[in-house]
Amino acid sequence: MMYLQLFWEFFKTGLFAVGGGMATVPFLSEMAERTGWFTPEMLADMIAVGESTPGPIGVNTATYVGYTVGGIPGGVVATLGLVLPSFFVILIVSAFLKAFRSNRYVERVFYGIRPASVAMIAAALVALLRICLVHTEALADGGIGALIDWRGLALFALVWVLTNLVKQTKKLHPIVFIAFSAAVGIVFRFAGA
Amino acid sequence: MDLKLAGALFVSFAKIGVMTFGGGYAMLPMLQREVVDARGWATEEELADYYAIGQCTPGVIAVNTATFIGQKLGGPLCAAAATLGVVFPSLVIITVIAALLSNFASYPIVRNAFAGIRVCVCALILNAVVKLWKKAVVDLPTALIFLAVLALAVFTGLSPVIFVVAAALAGVAVKAWGARK
Repeated sequence: MMYLQLFWEFFKTGLFAVGGGMATVPFLSEMAERTGWFTPEMLADMIAVGESTPGPIGVNTATYVGYTVGGIPGGVVATLGLVLPSFFVILIVSAFLKAFRSNRYVERVFYGIRPASVAMIAAALVALLRICLVHTEALADGGIGALIDWRGLALFALVWVLTNLVKQTKKLHPIVFIAFSAAVGIVFRFAGA
Repeated sequence: MDLKLAGALFVSFAKIGVMTFGGGYAMLPMLQREVVDARGWATEEELADYYAIGQCTPGVIAVNTATFIGQKLGGPLCAAAATLGVVFPSLVIITVIAALLSNFASYPIVRNAFAGIRVCVCALILNAVVKLWKKAVVDLPTALIFLAVLALAVFTGLSPVIFVVAAALAGVAVKAWGARK
């Protein structure tokens, strides 16, 4: 029964997530809230692993979430659920390739979906930032200054600068920045552990 | 049905799956090498077409492109072989990593590392948002759709499915209205 639900959740994600692997993030984040299968923190970790291992991020993250929920069969079920809708969509589209590319309704539908898809990823990012950089529980004893994780914010800014502004580093693979941030997290005890 | 071709597609796409590091956009050079240069399964132009379709249909871009090439070469069986090929390495690799990590998750060093990594993931998602934003938000109506969905998604618990359907309808309505003027 749980596998059926897992399959259905990922089937929905695969059907409605437009724009590649990152577009699945808002669906997963809503899944975490609604089902309680995993926490938003765990999702962030799973996205990180998905980005730093071979394979498409969307597939990697789905496998990881599925494994977390239901072990090895869970991973298989989630991945198949994610892939199945687009499999059928592509089979249909490939039969009408020319008509699909020039159909004005298709163009209009995606004209509307694209900005919505980006907005949903941005909203998922806001939720993640809140988890990583804001400590509401510290507000009582530390005041406003303790509300924000300043070290985390500094690392966030540093990674942004390295991936956007510094010529020597901005073309590097994401795994370099993930490894670097892991090292920073360990050296500065980001989890306080 | 051509089992030999299906087998070859599975192996080729499994290879591409292993070598794709960092998502769909990193996959294009690998696809060109394997599908166009090594196998001659598609021309450069066809591949660009498949990839473009893969980007604007639902689902993971790399998987969509694989399905497309398999279908064009040998029908649904070959499409399934290519699709399973591209997801197979992820299934194996992630299952092994997930099993290992769940054993080490409580170690302080692992917890500190992931606290750092999470911050990095935020910055990487921000970069993805900016890149997609440039392609998606092209005029006033798309900017309004972006703002409306962002606000609703941050402040309400509405399902993403609703946003996608509503935005699709809005896209059709805006363009139809623009065409009538």
